[in-house]
Amino acid sequence: MQELINIFVKSIFIDNMVFAYFLGMCSYLAVSKNVKTAVGLGLAVIFVLGVTLPVNYLLFKYVLSPGALVWLDPSYANIDLNFLSFIIFIAVIASMVQLVEMVVEKFSPGLYSSLGIFLPLIAVNCAILGGSLFMQERAYETLAQATVFGLGSGFGWFLAIVALAAIREKLSYSNVPAPLRGLGITFIVVGLMGIAFMSFMGIKL
Amino acid sequence: MSNKKIFIEPLFRNNPVTVLVLGICSALAVTVKLEPALVMALSVTVVTGFSSMIVSLIRNTIPNRIRIIVQLVVVAMLVILVDQLLKAYAYEVSKQLSVFVGLIITNCIIMGRIEAFALANKPIPSLIDGLANGLGYGIILVVVAFFRELLGSGTVMGIQVIPNAIYIKNGGFYENNGLMILPPMALILVGLFIWVQRSITKELIEKK
Repeated sequence: MQELINIFVKSIFIDNMVFAYFLGMCSYLAVSKNVKTAVGLGLAVIFVLGVTLPVNYLLFKYVLSPGALVWLDPSYANIDLNFLSFIIFIAVIASMVQLVEMVVEKFSPGLYSSLGIFLPLIAVNCAILGGSLFMQERAYETLAQATVFGLGSGFGWFLAIVALAAIREKLSYSNVPAPLRGLGITFIVVGLMGIAFMSFMGIKL
Repeated sequence: MSNKKIFIEPLFRNNPVTVLVLGICSALAVTVKLEPALVMALSVTVVTGFSSMIVSLIRNTIPNRIRIIVQLVVVAMLVILVDQLLKAYAYEVSKQLSVFVGLIITNCIIMGRIEAFALANKPIPSLIDGLANGLGYGIILVVVAFFRELLGSGTVMGIQVIPNAIYIKNGGFYENNGLMILPPMALILVGLFIWVQRSITKELIEKK
């Protein structure tokens, strides 16, 4: 249990998807102009990461990793399908996003109309694929660990985008040098937020 | 548009990173040193160019509703090829790039160029457009990596360029700027790059 909490806190603050790895930057910069839409997109990312990571974990463990197909037939022990992992992961993500979109549309039209446009965007959000690839690289041992890592990363991304949106709302009233206006100053603000987040790096878990 | 113009525009005036805000995701984490940045720039250029060309070749046979999946499959196939090649011939660099090779799949430049250009144009212009956008992305990557490596570790491509004698530990006055190695500095450098670029080309300045 303690280990799960460690992974959760670590993935939110220390290994934050945005500030430590720059993942999901495109939509992070494009959809952070006001807090309300930022909250919508952030929630969708938490949700999709929390759903796709366990699925990809199971696929990795029982299909893709070297010798994983033993449960089918012992003679498959030396088959290594690892090179297929990119294409399988992205296919799972794209189809999960499609599925989630259909389910949400059917059962919660209110949520759908507020999230609607963001859900398809998420399929090509690098944070989602990055989550699966980090899960593979860091070799999480159990399904629970992978799920908690997914939820934690999503939550870290959510925090980051809501914070940036709040700053940009205030920033629109300030007098920024003309060539820096808009994109330039946003980059610098994100950099400074990243430096602030680095203060968590000393924490050993 | 002539092929030459298609090639020149994305390099500076219409740069995918600083003007169109595409492909920042997988870009900045690999810019601590120049060598991985060069490899990354090359890989992205190859993938963008050829995925644009392939999608353009089959553009009239892709049903509109499932085009995202089809595009992702084409891109993923090319990325797998690049990944396997890197593992075979440049193992050290491939280890340094870790997950970021895989993340080329979701690099917005690739999907962006396919959607915006390749789906409506012939294969050869699409190939040129893809390669040029990859190069435009590569320029930013290399510039950022050059400054981060020079100021952060005093080296360029792993070769010491700042004389050893001027370091404090050797009795001089100079010390490497450790901040440059940290990830957030990449963002700030890109911000400064945008500042310089928009001071030169005034029409890119955003309206209030």
